[in-house]
Amino acid sequence: MNAGVEQVRSLADQKYKYGFVTDIESEVAPKGLSEETVRFISAKKDEPEWLLAWRLKAYRAWLKETEPNWARLHHPPIDYQDAYYYSAPKKKDGPKSLDEVDPKLLETYAKLGVPLHERAILAGVAVDAVFDSVSVATTFKGKLEEYGIIFTSISEAVKKHPDLVRLYLGSVVPYSDNYFATLNSAVFTDGSFVYVPPGVRCPMELSTYFRINAEKTGQFERTLIIADKGSYVSYLEGCTAPMRDENQLHAAVVELVALDDAEIKYSTVQNWYPGDEQGRGGIYNFVTKRGACRGRASHISWTQVETGSAITWKYPSCILQGDDSVGEFYSVAITNNYQQADTGTKMIHIGRNTRSRIVSKGISAGHADNTYRGLVKVMPKADGARNHTQCDSLLIGNQCGAHTTPYIESRNPSARIEHEASTSKISEDQLFYARQRGLSEEEAVSLIVNGFCREVLQQLPMEFAVEAQKLVAISLEGSVG
Amino acid sequence: MTTKTSSETREPAPLLAVSNLHATVDGREILKGIDLVIRPGEVHAVMGPNGAGKSTLSYVLAGRSGYEVTEGSVLYRGLDLLAMKTEERACRGVFLAFQNPVEIAGVTGVNFLKTAVNAIHRFRGEAELDAMQFLKVARRKAKELGVDEDMLKRAVNSGFSGGEKKRYEALQMALLEPRLMILDETDSGLDIDALRVVAKSVDAMRSPDRGLLVITHHQRILDYIVPDRVHVLADGRIAQTGDKDLALELERTGYAQFIGQAA
Repeated sequence: MNAGVEQVRSLADQKYKYGFVTDIESEVAPKGLSEETVRFISAKKDEPEWLLAWRLKAYRAWLKETEPNWARLHHPPIDYQDAYYYSAPKKKDGPKSLDEVDPKLLETYAKLGVPLHERAILAGVAVDAVFDSVSVATTFKGKLEEYGIIFTSISEAVKKHPDLVRLYLGSVVPYSDNYFATLNSAVFTDGSFVYVPPGVRCPMELSTYFRINAEKTGQFERTLIIADKGSYVSYLEGCTAPMRDENQLHAAVVELVALDDAEIKYSTVQNWYPGDEQGRGGIYNFVTKRGACRGRASHISWTQVETGSAITWKYPSCILQGDDSVGEFYSVAITNNYQQADTGTKMIHIGRNTRSRIVSKGISAGHADNTYRGLVKVMPKADGARNHTQCDSLLIGNQCGAHTTPYIESRNPSARIEHEASTSKISEDQLFYARQRGLSEEEAVSLIVNGFCREVLQQLPMEFAVEAQKLVAISLEGSVG
Repeated sequence: MTTKTSSETREPAPLLAVSNLHATVDGREILKGIDLVIRPGEVHAVMGPNGAGKSTLSYVLAGRSGYEVTEGSVLYRGLDLLAMKTEERACRGVFLAFQNPVEIAGVTGVNFLKTAVNAIHRFRGEAELDAMQFLKVARRKAKELGVDEDMLKRAVNSGFSGGEKKRYEALQMALLEPRLMILDETDSGLDIDALRVVAKSVDAMRSPDRGLLVITHHQRILDYIVPDRVHVLADGRIAQTGDKDLALELERTGYAQFIGQAA
């Protein structure tokens, strides 16, 4: 066998290397969703009365709503009663330090390449890890505290910084926002909380790692990041789940708030289990992410690399409220086999001279469907608003689909909105050229696709860009030939 | 495999032995029985009119899909070349300099060529080069060939002029160190000065263990890369073979005689 074949094989073997299950005893809420479940979760977390009331309001609102059906997605109805809404590794109290964390958990994260210990220190990345429903450990807490930066699980933030949480929770994504966000508001279990005080530039990348381990468990994390005046923070989330035949629900909410002159960079590398080659199993990823550029000249930038999940429904958005604020959305969405993605962004221009930039790269292979759906909206007072959207689709094979659905609403005549779109296929000429230089077909495809995504991948923090490139290659394994 | 031992000549084993090669494209027969033997150290030129099958020959040797061999065989260093995948041929030292090199957006030359060099190293069981080691080699070769270092940072062939593309092909050839180099109309679209630069850098790669197949329409590239043998390809067959003077003669007489012969 030649080396090229070996190379392809080793790629195939590591195709979804995160599919293992950790055997750990869990404490779960009774199956199904009811007011009792909501109360159970709130009680488990020892929450204040106002938060329970907020959850219950959300739950009651959710009961009256129906699942949205406007996306280009197809899936059997989700049975919300056939899932667990709380699953936590068994432990008497929350861990006080890393030494108290169950070694099995640490092992799991080591396998996933999330270094909680020394490797984290070397990498200079502070990590908050969420396992099923609870936050397991947050590294570097001490160092960040010196800067006055709060980086902790949202449960702990509710206890220790209730004023901040109460002020901002639901202020960007209200509990009544949409079906999945409303569900999340009722049953969210954990997630990360970040507060960066005025004028502070966060000295390291902050990172959360989400992991669904338990069977039939939904993951509903909630992340809240506040960048106070003149501050800067870069945040990265990664996600994986075991390989299972059933579909598991993930309905997260992320809220970002940037005050005057503050900047938040939020990057996601989403690699939830995508299901097998026949489309069995995989995560249903229904996520609401929104950032509010509340202050003057504030800046929020979303970068996402979406390679996993059976279904991705996700539109990280920016509300450009402050004058001169800037919103950016850089996205790579890869769908292979029977994966479906309906993803994009919303840029809402409210303040004067607000600017937004959208770069979306959709790659579709196998029998997959990939839709870009984006809204650019300019409100009457947004004089001088500008938007540039670039939307490129790449098709591999002839069984897949790429769709672009842009919505543009301008209510201010001075706005300038530009939209460029392209659809292309990997050409036979390019493949032959690369293979003639010694690259295997897989390597050639990976190189060409990475070139296609370059503009977006460049936005990622250095140490994750390399990971993302490898992920791009692995996601497309078996898509050619 | 049959081996012929000849005590008088003691010629080295062929680098490339093409016998009775027939090939079709879209069901149409383009190559109609080619015989060609290239020994290490030799330079062969294949000349001929448009549509004679010159590019088809280069694609069949490199293993492009859509070019179907219907009869005959090709041995490369004693191995069945036609049984190998495109990339295996490349890893074993077959290099094709393209007539129209394709652009690959977003992929820098450094990245592309490092991946190629390392694919070949891996195939040979040699250690792969890291980014710094590769850059050192690439810069040196670029300087030798008069290629602007900046071109390595740009996306592969993107926005290159015709001359730049051909120089870039020569640079790739120098970096990948092939054994059999096939030049597919490398002279097309080059002005006299650019032709001299490119041809000289190819000629500098001649060595006793390498073979070169120069496919061309015109004689002038052969002023710089002087061939050992010249073949005239007409209507899918080799119509005449001679030494370098045949190329000069063709320059005077043209291909009309062969076209007539074929028809």
